[in-house]
Amino acid sequence: MNPWVMLAFPFAQHAFLAASFVAAAAGWIGFYVVLRGTAFAAHALPKIGFAGASGALLLGVNSLFGVSLYSAVAALGIGALAERDRRDVATALVLALGLGTGALFLSLGNLYAEDAMSLLFGQVVGVSALGVMETACVSAAAVLVVAAFHRVLLFTSVAREAAAVRGASNRIADWALLVGLGLATSAMMPVVGALLSFSLLVGPALAARHLVRRPWQAILTSVTLSLAVTWLSLFLSFALGWPVGFFVACLSALAYAIARAASRIFDRRPLEGMA
Amino acid sequence: MNPAIVFRDLTVSYGHRPVFANLTGQIQAGSFVGVLGPNGAGKSTLLKVLAGLIRPAAGSVEIDGRPVKRRAESIGYVPQAVQMDEDVPLTGRDLVGLGLDGHRLGFPLPTRRRREAIEAALAEVNALHLADRRIGRLSGGERQRLLIAQAIVSRPRVLLLDEPLNNLDLASTQQVVELVKRLAHEGEMAVLLVAHDVNPLIGRADEILYLANGRMAMGPIDEVLRSEVLSDLYGYPVEVLRAAGRIIVAAGAMDGHAHAVSAASPEASVMLP
Ligand SMILES: Nc1ncnc2c1ncn2[C@@H]1O[C@H](COP(=O)(O)OP(=O)(O)OP(=O)(O)O)[C@@H](O)[C@H]1O
Ligand SMILES: [Mg+2]
Repeated sequence: MNPWVMLAFPFAQHAFLAASFVAAAAGWIGFYVVLRGTAFAAHALPKIGFAGASGALLLGVNSLFGVSLYSAVAALGIGALAERDRRDVATALVLALGLGTGALFLSLGNLYAEDAMSLLFGQVVGVSALGVMETACVSAAAVLVVAAFHRVLLFTSVAREAAAVRGASNRIADWALLVGLGLATSAMMPVVGALLSFSLLVGPALAARHLVRRPWQAILTSVTLSLAVTWLSLFLSFALGWPVGFFVACLSALAYAIARAASRIFDRRPLEGMA
Repeated sequence: MNPAIVFRDLTVSYGHRPVFANLTGQIQAGSFVGVLGPNGAGKSTLLKVLAGLIRPAAGSVEIDGRPVKRRAESIGYVPQAVQMDEDVPLTGRDLVGLGLDGHRLGFPLPTRRRREAIEAALAEVNALHLADRRIGRLSGGERQRLLIAQAIVSRPRVLLLDEPLNNLDLASTQQVVELVKRLAHEGEMAVLLVAHDVNPLIGRADEILYLANGRMAMGPIDEVLRSEVLSDLYGYPVEVLRAAGRIIVAAGAMDGHAHAVSAASPEASVMLP
């Protein structure tokens, strides 16, 4: 169907709005995810959120509530374990626990394959007006948490000990990012799904760091790219009837590949000029 | 004149392994102190204790008459060997700005005062031309200068530099040492600079703090780098040789063999036939 015509329908408008909020939050938070190398946690939290959603469906409560609770607990768990062990180990452990309980919920519950599919791959056209509001609030909360600690996140990433002397705590920065990530996950799950929200968190942010060299520029670029990827994905999904998540994953990777190529060409120019 | 740093009876151990015990000393504002000693002597540990990053098992540290605490704007610290991701989207200007207000919440406001403070710090270390380069893509020496700018931008009373001369060529070494001397003398900062070679410090550092064997000796270069003092510190004969204005420290020739030598500690000595 013609995507422009579809935008006249409320369900498509809702999808467009919800996806935009999610994309902006993902682009912003992705900047810190890439900066601090927490991609594995960004990869794990949505999967754990999926387990939370299946638990919520089992109990018959709002699945957004299940996702939020589960990813919040998981984020705090990773943070607490990472203080003693390496963060990737802590993340793997929490991920395994989350998926294990998720498997239990799925087998106990009468979750239909459709429900599971929409949680895993997103069900963007199923978002209600209330859902749009919820998504907007949770996305905004996620961005507020990381933005509040913007400087601390930066300082502790590039010069941890110098930052500690000035009172910028690496531990607080870690917590802030994990909480922001947990919130962003909750917002993204219903829209792009558990499996593919990772690509929106990492692709645009990785592309941005190749294109610009200052932090606020990188955040702006990452948010812009994330929005562009999402809008284009929605458009293609409406036009072709394929899942949004597929296009989000492909276009995020494409954005990164193009940005890398562009920066290579850009960086090489002075050398060619000299020759 | 009141000292900028006073430490008394400092004892530090990691687990059960003692690093040093009962170090006592003081450093005046405006003085430049070179910290020397073999690998593992505890030079970095001492700097971290003075910066408030490590709590000593016993003893106290006072900066400007007050006990050290975290969130000390009066301390500038540059750690040993800072690793940086090549692609990190941060310029020299951003890094120096973090030294000014990197512990605060939210985003920095682009005020004129902030910009001028950053420019001044960059100018001080001769790094204005690095202001808009990515920090991950600078050479070791260039990055070192930006890290020093980051440490001094908040106008600290105490500057702690852990091996800032590593990876620097002779010219850059001279430049950084001259810069540090100027910061100490004109900026009235107490500066501790950890180094492995004493020679760049000759004629520039006011004092030497020599750490070895869990103990320290402190004083002007000529008083510390003497055979009696270092032999006492190490607990075995150590010779200090002077040739053409340079100083060389060697493990003593107890067995009649000559030893090839290191510029600051006998540990690195190699026996020659
Ligand atoms: N985090 C730590 N845990 C356990 N032991 C440590 C730790 N940091 C340092 N040590 C030990 O404490 C001693 C002093 O280390 P320190 O880093 O202060 O030495 P240094 O004088 O700076 O040496 P170098 O010249 O190699 O930098 C060493 O024996 C080291 O192995
Ligand atoms: Mg050291």
